[in-house]
Amino acid sequence: MTTAFSEHDNASGFSSPSATLRRRHILDLDDFSKDEIELVFKTGDAMLEVLGRKIKQVPTLRGKIIANFFIEPSTRTRSSFELAAKHLGASTISLDTAKSSMLKGESFINTLHTLQNLGADTIVIRHPQAGAPYLAAREIRSSILNAGDGWHAHPSQSLLDLYTIRQCLGNLEGLKVTIVGDIKHSRVARSNIWGMNAMGIKITLCAPYTLLPRHLDGFVSNSHLAPIVVTTNMEEALRGADVIMLLRLQGERQESGLLPSIREYVRLYQLTEQRLSLAKPGALVLHPGPINEDIEITPEIASGAQSVIDKQISNGVAIRMALLYLITGGNHAE
Amino acid sequence: MSQALFIKGGCLVDPSRGINRIGNLLVLGDSIVYEGEGVPEMPQDTLILPANNMIVCPGFIDLHCHLREPGFENKETIATGIAAAARGGYSTICCMPNTDPPIDSGAIVEYVTRKAAQESSVHVLPVGCITRGRKGLELADMDELARAGVIAFSDDGASVTNSQLMCHAMDYSRALGVPIVSHCEDTTLSNNGVMHEGWVSTMLGLKGIPSAAEEIMLARDLILAELTHAKLHVAHVSTQGSVDLLRQAKEKGLPVTAEVTPHHLTLTEESVIGKQPFCLRQLRQHASSREEKELIPLFYNSNAKVSPPLRTAEDIEHLIIGLREGVIDAIATDHAPHTLADKNCDMDKAAFGISGFETALGCLMSLVHSNQLSISLLISKLTCEPAKIIGRGSELGTLKEGSRANITIFDPDSEWEVDGQNFVSRGKNTPFHGYSLKGKVMATIINGRIAYRDSSLPLPKPFSATKNKERGEDKK
Repeated sequence: MTTAFSEHDNASGFSSPSATLRRRHILDLDDFSKDEIELVFKTGDAMLEVLGRKIKQVPTLRGKIIANFFIEPSTRTRSSFELAAKHLGASTISLDTAKSSMLKGESFINTLHTLQNLGADTIVIRHPQAGAPYLAAREIRSSILNAGDGWHAHPSQSLLDLYTIRQCLGNLEGLKVTIVGDIKHSRVARSNIWGMNAMGIKITLCAPYTLLPRHLDGFVSNSHLAPIVVTTNMEEALRGADVIMLLRLQGERQESGLLPSIREYVRLYQLTEQRLSLAKPGALVLHPGPINEDIEITPEIASGAQSVIDKQISNGVAIRMALLYLITGGNHAE
Repeated sequence: MSQALFIKGGCLVDPSRGINRIGNLLVLGDSIVYEGEGVPEMPQDTLILPANNMIVCPGFIDLHCHLREPGFENKETIATGIAAAARGGYSTICCMPNTDPPIDSGAIVEYVTRKAAQESSVHVLPVGCITRGRKGLELADMDELARAGVIAFSDDGASVTNSQLMCHAMDYSRALGVPIVSHCEDTTLSNNGVMHEGWVSTMLGLKGIPSAAEEIMLARDLILAELTHAKLHVAHVSTQGSVDLLRQAKEKGLPVTAEVTPHHLTLTEESVIGKQPFCLRQLRQHASSREEKELIPLFYNSNAKVSPPLRTAEDIEHLIIGLREGVIDAIATDHAPHTLADKNCDMDKAAFGISGFETALGCLMSLVHSNQLSISLLISKLTCEPAKIIGRGSELGTLKEGSRANITIFDPDSEWEVDGQNFVSRGKNTPFHGYSLKGKVMATIINGRIAYRDSSLPLPKPFSATKNKERGEDKK
C-alpha cells in the first residue's frame, strides 16, 4: 500500500538514518561534532534520493509549520529553505519584512512571538545582525535555524559546501581547502572554519589584511582549533589546494577604505586559469553566490569543468531538507 | 535634628588619615563628633548600632553615574537612582549631563539639584556639558554652569572630536577651577563597534572597538592638558595602553586624574559569551526559567555591552597595577541604567551600559578577597581620592571628628547572589546576574541619618532602652 503522499510505505517516506540530532536549534557549527555532521550528510543522501523522484515530496513534516523569517534580502537561501519545507510536506509561513508589520515598528522579538503563537515549530531566521538567532532561541520555544546572521554564521551553507566537497572528492579528512576573499565580513567563512575543523580539513585563508580579522590567532587558540594558514599571497594559497572557495566581494568594501580599488583586488585575488593551475589537478571551485563575475572569478571558471557552483545550489535543498527534518521531525518537541 | 547615633565596635577604615582599627563613632546631628576607641558622653536617646565584624568607612563618592532625569525617566529617575546609590553605599554621586535636555545651562543644573534635594538622601553633584547640547560644536556656558554648581565638565558618552574646541574648553575651564572629564573615544576607530576588538568579536562576527580608539583620544587629551595646564580627569579607563599613557603624564607632573569602573576591573570580553571571570563565582545561568533556555550558550550577552567595552585579563591586571601605583586615582561606577527593551535586542541595537550602583562594592571586594587590592586602598579609591578630584577633600571622604556624618557600613564577608530583578534602580541591566558576590553594604548614613539599612541589620536600639533594661536586670 502507498499513501497519497509517498512512494514508499514507511513513516518518513525515505530511508532515514536512525539517529537524530540531539539539539533543538541550529545556530552555528561551533559545537557540531564530526558524527553530527556525518548524520546531516547521511540524511542529505536520503533527501537527494527524494529529489531524484518524479514526485519530489514526502509527508515527513506534514502538519508541521515552518516559518521563514528573512530580515535581509536573499534569493537562493530563502527559496532553498522554502522548497525544502515544501518537499517535506510542511506548512510554511514566509515573512517578507518589506511587507510585514516590522515596517510598522513591530520589534524582532514581538514578531518572533507572533510566529510562535501562529504555531511555528521551526523558524528559519536570516538577520543582518550577528547573534539575532541566539536572542530568538532564548526568547521563544520554537526551534531556530540560523540562515545567516550578520558576519557571524551560516551553518546550512557550510554544511552544503562540505556535502558538495564530500560528494565530489569522497573523504574530507586531510583535504586542503583555500578560502579566498572577504574573510573578515563573511559568515560563510566563519561557519566553514568550524565545520572544516571538525572534519579534519586543513584550512588556508587568503585575503589582504584589511579583509582578515585582526585577532584570528587568538580565536584559533582560544577555540582549540587546528592551526589555520593565513596568507595575503593568492599564488601561495592555491598551491596544492584540493578545494578553492571564493567569497563574494561587497562593493562597499572599497567605499569604506578597506581596498584601494576593485581593479587592484581583481589583479591580486581573482581566480584565473593561470592561478587555478597552481592548485591540484581537478581541484574544486566553490562560491556561495551570488557571484560578481569578473571580480572574484572569471566567468569561464565559474561555468567551467572544475566549478561545482551549480551542485552547491541543488545540494542546498537536500541539506536544508535534512536540517529541517532533523530538528523539526525529531523527538525534541514536547 | 536627627537622633544621635553611636556606631559601636566596627573596624574603622579611614584612608584619609591612614586609620584602620576597631573603634566607635558618635554622630550628633549631621556631624561626626567622636571617633575613637572609648565611649564618649552621649544623649539619653542615642541609637546604638552594633557594627562588630563590619567595616565602617567614609560614605562612598561616585564620580560618574547616569541618573537619566530629565528625559529618560523610564530608565531611571533621580529618586530611584539615589535609592540605588544609597543601597550601594554611596553618599555622594556625580551625575553625567547626557540627559534630555542635557545639563548645559544653569536652569537644568538647578532642576537636578532641587529634585535630588527633595529625597534628602544621597548628595547629587551634577556634571555640566562641555559643549552646548553635547553636540561638540560650540562651548556651553561654562561659567554659568560652574556658578550653578557643576563639579566638572564632560560630554560623556561622546568625545569632543574637534581638537581645537577641546583645547578651548580646557583653556576656559582653568579660570573656573573645575576639571574637564574626558570620555576618550576616537569614533572613527570605534566606528559603531559593539564590543572589544579581540578573539571573541572575531568569533562572534561582531564589530570590534580596538583599544587604540581609547588610547589615541587619551593621548590627545593628555597633550592638550600639558599645553593648557587645565585640570583633566579621565573617565572609565579600560586598557593597558591607557594606564601607560597616564603613568607617563603623571611622571611629567601633569594635573591629571583618572578613574576605572568595577566592571572593567572584574569582567572581560568573554562576558559577551557568558564566561565567568576568574575572581567571581557564577551560581546559575543567566535568567532562565524554561529548561531549554539553559541549553543555549549566553552568546551575544547584551548586558555585557558597555562603553568602553570590557577588555582582556591582561588589561585588568594593568588596571589593578594602576590603582596600586596611584596612576588611577578613583573607582567610579559609570552606573548606566537601561530598560529591558533597550537591552533585550541584538548586540548592534542594544544600548551601552551597566546598572552598577548595587553591585559595585560586592564585585570590588572580590579583588580584596583574592589579595589583589588591600581594603584600605580600595576604600581610598571610593572615598578620599574622589573627594580630592572634585575639590572637596577637606569635607568629604573622611571620618574626622567635626566632619559631615557620611558613613558607609559594610560586611566584607557576607555572601549574596545578584538578582537584577531585585535592584531598586530601574535599570536591571547587569552582567553580574546570577553571580555570587562576597561583601555587602549594611547601612549608609548620610548627614547623620540612616539613608539605607540592609534588612539583615537589626534596627538600632536607643541607648536609654538598653540602659533601662540593664537597670531592670540589676534590680532583680
